[in-house]
Amino acid sequence: MDDSSTSATQRLLATLTAAADDEHPSSVTFDGLQATRNETGQFSLTIDHADIHQPDLERSALESLLDGEEIGGVAAYVTNWHYWQETVGGEGTARRAFLRWCERAPLVEGTRDESADGDTDTGIGIGTGTGTDIGAVPDRYAALQDGIDREWGQLCITTRFADVDHPDGERVYDLWHVDDAETDIADLTVYDDPREAREIATYDEDGRYRPLKTAPTLETGWAFTGLSGEELVDAVGFFYPATIANWHREREGNLDVDHWTETADRQSGIYEVVSELPREAVDWMAEACCVDSQCLRRREWQYEDGDELDANGGDGPFPCREPCSLVVAAARKWAIAESESERTYELELTPTERNQLEELIDAVADGRTDEIREADVNDGANRYRARYLRAKRFSDEGTLEMREHSESESESESASGGESESKSD
Amino acid sequence: MQALVIAAHGSHLNPDASTPTYAHADTIRETGAFDEVREAFWKEEPHFREVIRTLESDEVFVVPLFISEGYFTEQVIPRELRLDDWDPDKWESDGTSASQVTLEATDVGKTIHYCGPVGTHDAMTDVIVQRAESVTEDPDVGEGVGLAVVGHGTERNENSAKAIEYHTERIRERGRFDETKAVFMDEEPEVDDVTDFFESEDIVVVPLFIADGYHTQEDIPEDMGLTEDYRLGWDVPAEVDGHRIWYAGAVGTEGLMADVLLERAADAGAKLGDAIDRVRHRTSTASGADGDAERHSQAGD
Repeated sequence: MDDSSTSATQRLLATLTAAADDEHPSSVTFDGLQATRNETGQFSLTIDHADIHQPDLERSALESLLDGEEIGGVAAYVTNWHYWQETVGGEGTARRAFLRWCERAPLVEGTRDESADGDTDTGIGIGTGTGTDIGAVPDRYAALQDGIDREWGQLCITTRFADVDHPDGERVYDLWHVDDAETDIADLTVYDDPREAREIATYDEDGRYRPLKTAPTLETGWAFTGLSGEELVDAVGFFYPATIANWHREREGNLDVDHWTETADRQSGIYEVVSELPREAVDWMAEACCVDSQCLRRREWQYEDGDELDANGGDGPFPCREPCSLVVAAARKWAIAESESERTYELELTPTERNQLEELIDAVADGRTDEIREADVNDGANRYRARYLRAKRFSDEGTLEMREHSESESESESASGGESESKSD
Repeated sequence: MQALVIAAHGSHLNPDASTPTYAHADTIRETGAFDEVREAFWKEEPHFREVIRTLESDEVFVVPLFISEGYFTEQVIPRELRLDDWDPDKWESDGTSASQVTLEATDVGKTIHYCGPVGTHDAMTDVIVQRAESVTEDPDVGEGVGLAVVGHGTERNENSAKAIEYHTERIRERGRFDETKAVFMDEEPEVDDVTDFFESEDIVVVPLFIADGYHTQEDIPEDMGLTEDYRLGWDVPAEVDGHRIWYAGAVGTEGLMADVLLERAADAGAKLGDAIDRVRHRTSTASGADGDAERHSQAGD
């Protein structure tokens, strides 16, 4: 066995010995490995998955067992213990839970192998990708040889051994854009400082500012390689701030969701007005801002407790626990706009022009104005088409020509049947 | 474990608004004085609301990267951090003297040392002076030179002007500049008329703002007559009404700001070893945290 697993063995033995005295037994129980030292100074080793049950061992016998010299595969349990208990540490932290998730290790680090008993995700069971946990350490070690991939929003995270030829249990992490999964690493800009993630996350592919970090507009073409666990968590924190913490809280069953009314009522200053946003407008707002095409967080907040919003909250791994600052800022605009009363306007449009208005709104709402080809005059949101409509229908003051109706007029007008030619789609 | 949270405004529209926050955070990270250093924002992420839960440390020092005591430091930040026992009276401040108060963030059960804003700390006076040095590229600037400290000033918050006047008075007492005056955007004396208030031919104008943006890169240069149109940039110094005006960007971009953040945390009991000395040494050569001196011609969103 190589030096590193020997050193992991020595660390484990030291842990067993340090915690025990002649009165008190001690034990190390982790990921299927159970080693104990009893009151008489005898040791035992139990690994259910490898069918190892060795009581009454002398220290030297345990040592050679742990080094893997007698039964293959034992050393993996020892280096696995070392990585998680001594390199990663942080029992109970979001950081540790996230790194466990990255390699599909059971989140509950029980005393027995939890192989093949499915995903241990609590609650809704989303965000675990396509597979389930890999409970048995030898199975996980086999997978780590090739690397274990997980997706976190638009991030792809690969967990692998730092040294594939001589795995000593130490993991490293690679991070890149999911759309670069097939891209040769030589074609990517490679970084190693997690802080570089801030700059990458600031601009989209077209160089525009991304005020919402979890918008699905992360640019491609970069990779972080060989990160430590701590560095990985820092990098993910710069790409998607606080997502790990909230994901962890959700798993622990203590995600503190603030529904719309709670967040709105808390606002002050220029945002105090957002609490006046009508109930139905909150539905429209969630549909406009919070669906997966706009934000990869999974919306868990509703209008209020027991009053759910219609829009799909998404199915990403990390939850959204309250309306974000962008939603609150936009809600201010809508709250003020919704305080206006509706009027009836009358204007002249051909059926084609009416359809074109819908196409224009759709094109902007779906963010596809940049994709419309210059000469594609079949597209209602084509620039020439829009300019033509403006030339024809706008007044000299630059506004759409129309008349405002009083209520009595609109009744008589609607009887004139002027809409009969418009398409119904 | 102890953590530092730098609480800044940020922007939905301007990617440069958070640049100084990141730069100062990195300076402090490199000292290793804190186990964790985190940027947090009102308009960016992580939001004030969710920053504390990203920390493993039990003891957290929160320093607002704001110029004055007021709406953000007294209402928004404590509310969003869930400092339920907060009351502005706990700072026992006269408007510029807030130091810190120890509270609990109720969502995470951590100890939060909520500090006064950087803008009112005494160390900020040195940053303003250093800003004057970096704009003029003269480490001894002062003799024969007037210094104008520009504040937002707003009728809604009297503390805004107090912070400007506080530092102006401290600089004046040092006698380094021939004249030292406070001017404002929204109230008298107005920055528009800056040349009326000085006899010195050379006037260094330092805006007491945290980040460059609309005010420091568009409004103020045009109001002072440095340029017809901010997009065309301006000279440093620029000739206006027979004076030479030395104007660059917001004081908050000065590298020495990291020192003020550390001083705030130290005042609140953070154990920093020699980090303050090291940061002072590293940032005391007059230079912006993000190379802002060259940015005045590239202003705007």
